[in-house]
Amino acid sequence: MKEQHKHTKAKKYGMVIDLDKCTGCGACMAACMSENNVPFKKDESDKLLSITWMRVYKLTNGKKFPEADICYLPRPCMHCEGEHGHAPCVSVCPACATDYSHETGIVSQIYTRCFGCRYCMAACPYHARYFNWWDPVWPDGMEKYLSPNVSPRMRGVVEKCSFCFHRYQLAMNKAYNEGRRELEEHEYQTACTQACPAGAIIFGDLNNPDHAVTQIAKPDPKHGGRPMNPHAFRLLERLGTNPKVYYLSSRDWVRRAGDNYIENESGQGNH
Amino acid sequence: MKVGRRSFLSLIIGGAAGTALSPLPFKLMDDSSIWTQMWPWTPVPEDGEVSHVDSICTLCPGGCGITVRKVATMYGDRAIKIEGMKGYPVNDGGICVLGLSGLQLLYGPTRVKTPLKRTGARGEGKWKKVSWNEAIAEVVKKLGELRKKGKSHTVACISGADRGTVAQLLGRFLTVYGSPNFIRIPSIQDSYELTMYLMQGVQSSVGFDVENADFVLSFGSGLIEGWGSPVRMIKANSAWKERGKVVQIEPRLSNTAAKSDKWIPINPGTEVALVLGIAHVIIQKSLYSTNFVNNYSSDFEEFKQIVLNEFSPDDVAKITGVSASTIESLAKSFARASKPLAVCGRGHGETPGSLNEFMAVHALNALVGNINKKGGVWAVPDPDYIKWPDVKMDRVSADGMRKARIDGAGSKRYPDVRYLLDRLPDAINSGKDYPIEALFVAGANPVYTIPDSNAVKEAFNKVPFVVSFSSYMDETAANSDLILPNHVFLERYEDVPAPVGLQKPIIGLSKPVVKPQFNTKHLGDVILLIAKSFGGRIGDAFPWESYEACLKETLGNKWDKLINDGFWSDSNFRPAAWENAFSTPSGKFEFLNKGKAESIKIEGDKQSYPLILIPYDSMRLASGCIGDPPFVIKTVEDTVLKGKEIVVEVNPKTAKEFAEGGYAILSTPKGQAKVRIHHFDGIMPGIVAMPRGLGHTAYDEYLADKGINFNELIGPVDDPASGLNAAWGIRAKLTRA
Repeated sequence: MKEQHKHTKAKKYGMVIDLDKCTGCGACMAACMSENNVPFKKDESDKLLSITWMRVYKLTNGKKFPEADICYLPRPCMHCEGEHGHAPCVSVCPACATDYSHETGIVSQIYTRCFGCRYCMAACPYHARYFNWWDPVWPDGMEKYLSPNVSPRMRGVVEKCSFCFHRYQLAMNKAYNEGRRELEEHEYQTACTQACPAGAIIFGDLNNPDHAVTQIAKPDPKHGGRPMNPHAFRLLERLGTNPKVYYLSSRDWVRRAGDNYIENESGQGNH
Repeated sequence: MKVGRRSFLSLIIGGAAGTALSPLPFKLMDDSSIWTQMWPWTPVPEDGEVSHVDSICTLCPGGCGITVRKVATMYGDRAIKIEGMKGYPVNDGGICVLGLSGLQLLYGPTRVKTPLKRTGARGEGKWKKVSWNEAIAEVVKKLGELRKKGKSHTVACISGADRGTVAQLLGRFLTVYGSPNFIRIPSIQDSYELTMYLMQGVQSSVGFDVENADFVLSFGSGLIEGWGSPVRMIKANSAWKERGKVVQIEPRLSNTAAKSDKWIPINPGTEVALVLGIAHVIIQKSLYSTNFVNNYSSDFEEFKQIVLNEFSPDDVAKITGVSASTIESLAKSFARASKPLAVCGRGHGETPGSLNEFMAVHALNALVGNINKKGGVWAVPDPDYIKWPDVKMDRVSADGMRKARIDGAGSKRYPDVRYLLDRLPDAINSGKDYPIEALFVAGANPVYTIPDSNAVKEAFNKVPFVVSFSSYMDETAANSDLILPNHVFLERYEDVPAPVGLQKPIIGLSKPVVKPQFNTKHLGDVILLIAKSFGGRIGDAFPWESYEACLKETLGNKWDKLINDGFWSDSNFRPAAWENAFSTPSGKFEFLNKGKAESIKIEGDKQSYPLILIPYDSMRLASGCIGDPPFVIKTVEDTVLKGKEIVVEVNPKTAKEFAEGGYAILSTPKGQAKVRIHHFDGIMPGIVAMPRGLGHTAYDEYLADKGINFNELIGPVDDPASGLNAAWGIRAKLTRA
């Protein structure tokens, strides 16, 4: 694994998603698909085979009418840090096709190295990884809208959310051209963050105390980045994957839905 | 050595078996799949210089600003991404799921690439390519014949909008040609305009100052599900999370209800009683704005008596199923909020609804004195930049214009309403007035969006000449005789005034982002060409060389600002003060709603149809004239659409006989369909909820033949006061499949 670059401060890009604001409108999903050249098939209703780097889940509180409640939960790749970069998927990849960058905190996916063993998919507890069972097909003429910044994937490889890494590269190129080594907060934002009409997604560097993500989630470095904000939680916190996507909710049942509990156990995710 | 038959066969068979058991076939298969993986059928997107163009999205009436990213390549510009425009007054950087997928419409297989003339039977899908000259000549010939016979009034035009230069050109053409039948697609805009006209005496759109409201009472409006301008409303909802409260009243736990501070389930169709029950408490406890009521309103006493006598919380509780204590506390918190706002119009707001309900809700707003106030309901004057000279009509057109409208709008029965498209199928099918000989459809897809699909198709089949201006092969285009494809919004200039529900008058400018991809023509130019072919007074009414020239001249000194900033807005605009806000006969706000809670009757009898079917709307299902592009249909959950089957929501109590995901036959008096059942605890027992926006028969294979079009199962119900469609549901039953 690459050690951190000496000439720039190490970043730890992460996300905070406010579930109180998220309306489940799906804009983040479409923004991601069009930014990252994600393909589509005639039938996408089998969600196990539907490639969605960003997927919005619908949670229900399991209560009867009229106490029933629902909440939407957008799920990008969590870009787990694990302990010292040992993300679940990175540890199992036999092809070095996925790696944890200590420079940015982003878990990469290199399609040309991937040979499709899908160990990473088995290892990922968040179902954030998708396998290309078929070559992508765009209807005649539609390949015109494909972005040159992200290569379309071929059959037989795994793909996942990259936190729009190409946007980081473009922003860094621009900064270097202007003689800077550091990015402003607004210079690097993911496509879903930019599109979200509710302003529910916030993106930034968790190592930078001035960035909104850090101020909202208040990660506790002594406890593997656990949020100190009582409304914040991470998915499956107990697995110790140390994910970099934080969620906010004012509702107890939503926070509790973020982890697994045995019946009658008290607590709510991070507490 | 002699090779015998037996040893030869043993060699062959043994060899084959041996090979099959060896790793060779598997190795070859593996190698060939790895080898073919690198075949160049995975496209490599061409790179080039990146630029951005600001424009306006017109896929829905929301009118959001967009910034389109382009790449310049050897073969011309490619648009590669649509993003929300920062700083645009409507959406400020945000964008919705449909807007993001706009490029799939631009480059997609649903485009009509050249003028088409039908060769087979209607709707059979057999077309002949024709040139623009031929297509326009055909329209002119047909229209000329009808005019010669004195039948100019038998031409009708269905338009998605009536504001902006393109819609106005269409309307102008119809007038000077001699037909009164210009019909706008129905929506809650009709009901709100009528409410404004009757209670305030003004012809204007309604605007909601949602950004400043701090207590929003919504009677079934899908505030974050596409009601009003969708992105703006979602942004406002996020602001309410920090400083404001939302109460959602509807029988189903919609996303809006789930996001609200309080969801109050109500018996469907009884909303108007609840509104008046709330008014009862406000009046009885003297919580209303005495300044407004005493000085700027008339007929309050009468309204008060009826509301006090007939709508006590206990009576209302019986009708609505909402407890009396809830009604009381709701009324108190509404009246005591500093900037309360009540809104109505269910879901996306595509069904106009009951005028009584709209007037009752407007009366509620008047009671708390939020008319034309910060955080309230504003009368927004129609934009007045289109100042073309009046058309000079000849005798034929004057005669034609004197004829009654085919849809009955403006008639003695429905004097104040402007358009009644939902009544058109019945008017054509019954043949009571006069037959429609030619029908033009622009920016609309009535074959899909108008309730009672069978009646709509029957009506279309009775019209001998149907012309569609659609850019896409939608249901209406597929059932027409001639398609004159318009450029899509990313290829054309167009002014986009007054986004729905916005409280400020603004004009946006749609700009061509890329060159027209196919042999299409701007609808504005087509109208000019048709008019010019007629010549005479008709030609004279259109003195412009091209649509672009017309647009530039019309916008005058606003043009430069529109080109540079993408929009023009009147920063000095303030809503009229109460002293001069009302142009009613009394000069005051009129409490016209005499408390008649005449609820809209639901079609079907309770014995044969014990359940009630209601539609529901979602941001992920476009149910207007544009269907879901592939990205959007991909976001639809598997509890809404599974394979090609639609899933309906039913309370587990009501759906006892049906397993989760199981099949059932859903029947209504209008039709029946095979559906799958989803047990949902967020819906009142006795109700079945079906998503709108599925069941397309046209468009591409990513959308067509998936699910059921809700309009096949419901028919329009005339609102007794306005004639607009007020159907909110229909009786239904579920039987085993």
